[in-house]
Amino acid sequence: MELTFWTYEGPPHVGAIRVAASMRDVHMVLHAPQGDTYADLLFTMIERHGQRPPVSYTTFQARDLGQDTAALVMRALREAAERFRPKLMLVGDSCTAELLQDQPGSLARGAQLPMPVIPLELSAYSRKENWGASEAFYHLVRGLLGGRAAAPDGQRPPRGHGERPSVNLLGPSALGFRCRDDVIEIRRLLADVGVDVRVTAPLGASPEDLLRIPDADANVCLYPEVARTACGWLQRTFGQPTISTVPIGVGATCDFLREVGEATGVDVSHAVDAARSRLPWYSRSVDATYLTGKRVFIFADATHAVAAARIARDELGFDVVGLGTYSRELARDVRRAAQAYGVEPLITDDYLEVERHIAELQPELVLGTQMERHIAKRLGIGCAVISTPAHVQDYPARYSPQAGFEGANVIFDSWVHPLMMGLEEHLLTMFRDDFEFNDDRLPSHLAAHDAQGLRPAANESLADPDTAAPGWESAAEQELKKVPFFVRGKARRNTEKFALERGVDMISVETLYEAKAHYGR
Amino acid sequence: MSGPLPTAIHRLSAAGCDCGPDLHQEHGQRAVFCGLTSIVWLHRKIQDAFFLVVGSRTCAHLIQSAAGVMIFAEPRFATAVLQDRDLAGMADCNDELDRVVAQVIARRPEIRTLFLVSSCPSEVIKLDLGTAARRLGERYRGRVRVAAYSGSGIETTFTQGEDSCLKGLVNELPAATAAQRSLLIVGALPDIVEDQFQRLFDELGIGPVHFLPGRSSADLPAVGAGTRYLLAQPFLSDTARALDKRGARALDAPFPLGAEGTAAWLAAAAQAWDIPKARFDAVIAAPQARARRALAHHRERLSGKRISFLPDSQLELPLARFLHRECGMRLLEVGTPYLDRHTAAAELALLPTGVRVTEGQDLDRQLDRIRADRPDLTVCGLGIANPLEAEGLRTKWSIELTFTPIQGFDQAGDLAGLFTRPLDREQRLRF
Ligand code: SF4
Repeated sequence: MELTFWTYEGPPHVGAIRVAASMRDVHMVLHAPQGDTYADLLFTMIERHGQRPPVSYTTFQARDLGQDTAALVMRALREAAERFRPKLMLVGDSCTAELLQDQPGSLARGAQLPMPVIPLELSAYSRKENWGASEAFYHLVRGLLGGRAAAPDGQRPPRGHGERPSVNLLGPSALGFRCRDDVIEIRRLLADVGVDVRVTAPLGASPEDLLRIPDADANVCLYPEVARTACGWLQRTFGQPTISTVPIGVGATCDFLREVGEATGVDVSHAVDAARSRLPWYSRSVDATYLTGKRVFIFADATHAVAAARIARDELGFDVVGLGTYSRELARDVRRAAQAYGVEPLITDDYLEVERHIAELQPELVLGTQMERHIAKRLGIGCAVISTPAHVQDYPARYSPQAGFEGANVIFDSWVHPLMMGLEEHLLTMFRDDFEFNDDRLPSHLAAHDAQGLRPAANESLADPDTAAPGWESAAEQELKKVPFFVRGKARRNTEKFALERGVDMISVETLYEAKAHYGR
Repeated sequence: MSGPLPTAIHRLSAAGCDCGPDLHQEHGQRAVFCGLTSIVWLHRKIQDAFFLVVGSRTCAHLIQSAAGVMIFAEPRFATAVLQDRDLAGMADCNDELDRVVAQVIARRPEIRTLFLVSSCPSEVIKLDLGTAARRLGERYRGRVRVAAYSGSGIETTFTQGEDSCLKGLVNELPAATAAQRSLLIVGALPDIVEDQFQRLFDELGIGPVHFLPGRSSADLPAVGAGTRYLLAQPFLSDTARALDKRGARALDAPFPLGAEGTAAWLAAAAQAWDIPKARFDAVIAAPQARARRALAHHRERLSGKRISFLPDSQLELPLARFLHRECGMRLLEVGTPYLDRHTAAAELALLPTGVRVTEGQDLDRQLDRIRADRPDLTVCGLGIANPLEAEGLRTKWSIELTFTPIQGFDQAGDLAGLFTRPLDREQRLRF
């Protein structure tokens, strides 16, 4: 058993649902108890999907266990096939169903459904979400393309005459970090150098699209957590090279373009030379002098951690004082990077351990997940979020990619912002004796998201020495404290106003509620 | 309505007539969270308790996701995540549990009660947390009380987790003699609501009054034949049965939602305490009038609007009753994950004749009915709300109702406000 307070990743079946929910015309039947339907809200609340993810849950109960839970699987399969008519059915177990050993995969194969079925084995007790996504994607690709004759010598025939150079973008998925915008950005970047994108998958792809994967010259492994296994298989089977530099940051984007050039035989030098990002100049402008040598701690999925470290050191002039990841499958990439930056890699999924490291290292900036944002907030350190686990704030309405040259602009702004706020804080401290500032105010950059930051203002009362403000009985004062802080200030002011207007000079609990009823109308 | 019609199993009739709601049962895909979800509000209520789920990563992820905003203050709940080696018998689950519990207690020495919460995986592998709790209770005697209950999705829906937890607590309450008369209010209420009720009971001269769960683990009221109890929440059937077994007697009443519900709920206690009607009326007059005033303008907006409930919190029946009788809404369908005819009797009696009440769930068919009915407002779980909004339907997600103060006179307006807000937004938005 492993004591877990917060988890960076969900269970593997959530990864599989992410793949299903990314695609068109795919449905998944998940053998799972009712509580597991919480997975729906990840998509509909966090990423604001306008549709439920395409999943039917068997929702077996204790009373079904003695009987035939397999029958529930069959029923769910038939009903889902009938109602949703997907072009492909994924079938898997959640953690509890894995223990029942109903083998929903074989059941589905025997069910003679009118569409191909891909069974998934999701190893709930040893694996996690990203692995589940990777497995699901790999089995989809392999299941659909496995029957295709591969080049006998593993060599790809040269591109046909007049055929345009092309690549596939593999890895972006639902509930990924800024995948929606990264795909747009990379498509633009590739269009600039004259390379087409054949298939983007799983995000937005249908099963038919996956069949066209082998037609492209190469595969861009845009998110290795999801696509590395599939890219490896495609490389072995169809001789399709993998473009493995993840284009996050100016340097990485240039390397990525060079790799694309090599794989497709296209001249990319003009795009690399132009490197159309404002980041390099902004980093050199005098205003950015204060960025130099800032101590930064990085913890994220492997892809974003490695990318962030390079940007931090080479493109902003920070000192990387810590680097880590929760992605055990890709830990090797992070270890290698950590070595290059001269720090000890931190490979863990225990957020308490991450907190200990941050507290010890006392960095000036944390680049992490939502978990690190909270840790940093507690420690009074600025933080920018660079990776999943996903939070509703990570799906902004505006265009804000991480990848490509525009992504580098976005990154400059979002990482420098907390530091600027830190600077403003410093000025506030300098001027704290000034009448406008007072010691009770929390740092403004923390107050923006922190409930507590609102507290001093929320408690402000009407009472000022010039008006005969009503008093508060202690019971009423106590009662007021139970009102949620974010409306407490309003409740206090309204009650006092109410009491003043009626000539009540001591506010009782009764007055408080009379006022509430009065203003509630 | 489309899809094969489920069987009508029972028509409630109070006086042998064909009145009352139209009760149906449905079986199929459910979309209700499991009982672990209730840890989200229980851990805030019982401030010196720690909830340790023995389960899988799914369980840990569920609680974290249901908490919505990830609150990263040091939480008073955690999951002991089962690993392959636990299942393969390479590690002894009880030894492992002892080790994890020691870790928790070392980290949180101020904890007075530790709840071991079983999950689907721990129940399927038949890990006996009851026995484990007794063993650990011995070990930490005098420091930490250890109790076990089920929050699993194969046994409980989301609010039933509280039922399961409180049922366990009831069995641990000290015994009172038949001569010791007391009132027990059962069900987690926000502190502010609890205090309002306490004041009203004081003014009525009803007491002593105890609340279950209390704010700290030390609050373990004695219970016996002199105990009368009032359920403050509609999802506490097992807890009620456990109290009955301890000799306590239930006071039958609708639930304290809305002015009418609250008055009837208080009246049940007043009657048991033989409080003169004049006194009762005098005490509740002012707050009841406030509640009515607060409701008046919500009623204007809600009156005549059509509402459907998907099964979720088990608060559906009292909410439907309140919205219908006090806000003038028209009820299309009232879904509830479970219907305990005993604890719901007073509510069923107040629902209009012929309204469709569905127990259980078959998600896709229910959604078909919603799409056909196109209610003005649909009350549903968190996972379904945005998809329905995207289809142009207005929704209210029900989980909010479990941690917002909604009970009692002074919250009646706020409760109605939760339902007017989506309609208000609809009116304001132009794009
Ligand atoms: S339904 Fe069962 S397995 Fe799923 S989260 Fe709830 S207790 Fe855990």
